[in-house]
Amino acid sequence: MSDTPVIELRNVDKSFGPIDVLHEISLKVKAGEVLCLLGDNGAGKSTLIKTLAGVHAPTRGEVLVDGEPVKFSGPKDAQNRGIATVHQFGGTYPLMSVGRNFFMGEEPTKGFGPFKVFDRKTANKIAVEEVQKMGITRITDGDRLVGGLSGGERQSLAIARAVYFGARVLILDEPTAALGVKQAAHVLRIVNEAKKRGLAVIFITHQVMHAMTVGDHFAVLIRGAIAADFRKGEKSREEITDLMAGGQNMADLEASIEGYMETHDGHPPKVSAD
Amino acid sequence: MDIMTILRRPAAASVISLIGVLLFYIVFGGVDLGKLSGAASWVNYAARIGIVALPVALLMISGEIDISIGAMIPAGAMTTAIIAGHYELPMIFAILGALTIGVVVGLFNGILAVRTSVPTLIITLGTLVAMQGIVLAGSKLLTGGASVPLTAPGWAKTIFGDFIWGGSHQVVIIWWLILAVVFWFIMHQSKYGNWIFAMGGDKVSARNAGIPVDRITILLFVGTATAASFVGMCHAILFNSAQVSGGMNDIFNIIVSVVVGGVLLTGGFGSIVGVFIGTLTFAIVIKGIDFTSIDRNWANLIIGVMLLLAVGMNETFRKKAMTAATKKKKG
Repeated sequence: MSDTPVIELRNVDKSFGPIDVLHEISLKVKAGEVLCLLGDNGAGKSTLIKTLAGVHAPTRGEVLVDGEPVKFSGPKDAQNRGIATVHQFGGTYPLMSVGRNFFMGEEPTKGFGPFKVFDRKTANKIAVEEVQKMGITRITDGDRLVGGLSGGERQSLAIARAVYFGARVLILDEPTAALGVKQAAHVLRIVNEAKKRGLAVIFITHQVMHAMTVGDHFAVLIRGAIAADFRKGEKSREEITDLMAGGQNMADLEASIEGYMETHDGHPPKVSAD
Repeated sequence: MDIMTILRRPAAASVISLIGVLLFYIVFGGVDLGKLSGAASWVNYAARIGIVALPVALLMISGEIDISIGAMIPAGAMTTAIIAGHYELPMIFAILGALTIGVVVGLFNGILAVRTSVPTLIITLGTLVAMQGIVLAGSKLLTGGASVPLTAPGWAKTIFGDFIWGGSHQVVIIWWLILAVVFWFIMHQSKYGNWIFAMGGDKVSARNAGIPVDRITILLFVGTATAASFVGMCHAILFNSAQVSGGMNDIFNIIVSVVVGGVLLTGGFGSIVGVFIGTLTFAIVIKGIDFTSIDRNWANLIIGVMLLLAVGMNETFRKKAMTAATKKKKG
């Protein structure tokens, strides 16, 4: 496997008018590697995802795919280059069947001219096979409506779809946030499966445990900038959580409270009533 | 196929409504089924609203609504009568004129719908009222009256406005049947149906999946407005005259038929078979009541109850459809 990252950001800034959302973001992901993007709400995660997915163009800096600088003309362009985004909700249509969901926008047809018929049998067969290959064995009927699947299964379906249609970079936006423990484990297994198949995965989350289970490489995003960048095993769970909660700020706060207690006979500072 | 599988189908509510109405008419109205099934009045009515209900169903499945259809039926009729009757131009111009006005209003609705974030109920409410004004003021201005006679040549009569089977059934019934098959093919067999369902399910995801959401939305609006002006045109040709009318009843009748047919108001779910049966049911309630001993003024009460029951059933069946798990082969 080549060492060129499949996708790379170099010193990317993004501002909306006068508001700077991302500053100097640099990151890269190689094939078969999982990059976990950690950050609290409002840290700029979704702007970063949208920049990677071609929704926003960076204000400054560049995006590279396979080492070549690119400018996405839109989300469809990014998709054509193999960058697939799976959102926490969405990407699937609850009142449609597994087979129809899987092939949305890429329907297999049979027949001629104006009488091209959606090939339900083939669609269902491939969809069920692909989902099962990803380890979701509970889905056996392609006619089943997606609304009847669990959240984890829906995520898995969306991921299996992206993989089947040739995604090389998989951007997962908080895939485990709304899931129970078991369901989340399901999704994490699928992330591992995608990694094994040589996809570059960008896994966005604020659940440190989930990140540590699958991640090879971690980046912590605070107020639009990368506050820490480290590899697997270099930091403990507590350190990461601390970083996400504001890192330096948290330490400063603790220090100031200690200082106050030393000068005030061990009393903590009074919290003012207003 | 067990009973639950049938109940989960989008057409379930419409079939139950149809059976319920027929039973009600038989038990309480003493209806003569032989006479009812041979009668033309309700079939003609079903065809008239059914031709518009089909494209409205597609639009509602895609998550939008069009109420300007109410003004487009008289607009199509008046255009036909003014061109062929008042100005005595060849019929072909009248037909093209009626269809063009449908396409133009449809484009207007559709483009506004995709360019603005105004709900389509409001956009089409605007075009509804505006078109009512244009039709009334326009025909007063051009012809000096609100009712215009016309004479249609034989070929136009045969194709658009004649009686068939030697009785009082209108030729629009055949148009309705053909269109129902065409719409069924689009919705349930072609990939475009898939796209329309997806748009009603989640518009953002549909767009991300590369579906030309805006273009389809505009086309669907063109479909509803053109179907409505087509129905008006057929009417003018059949009855040799056209009058200005508000068409308010048609709006609600068509939308009720679609909802009774199992289409969810929130979009994303429904079927052409259901809408077809829903339209039949609606027509039987409105026109079939004349074949019962029930006072016809009760018909609206039945419609109201039926609508509420249908919406309730749609909701229940939708939940059933979602929770439907395939039975495990073992255990």
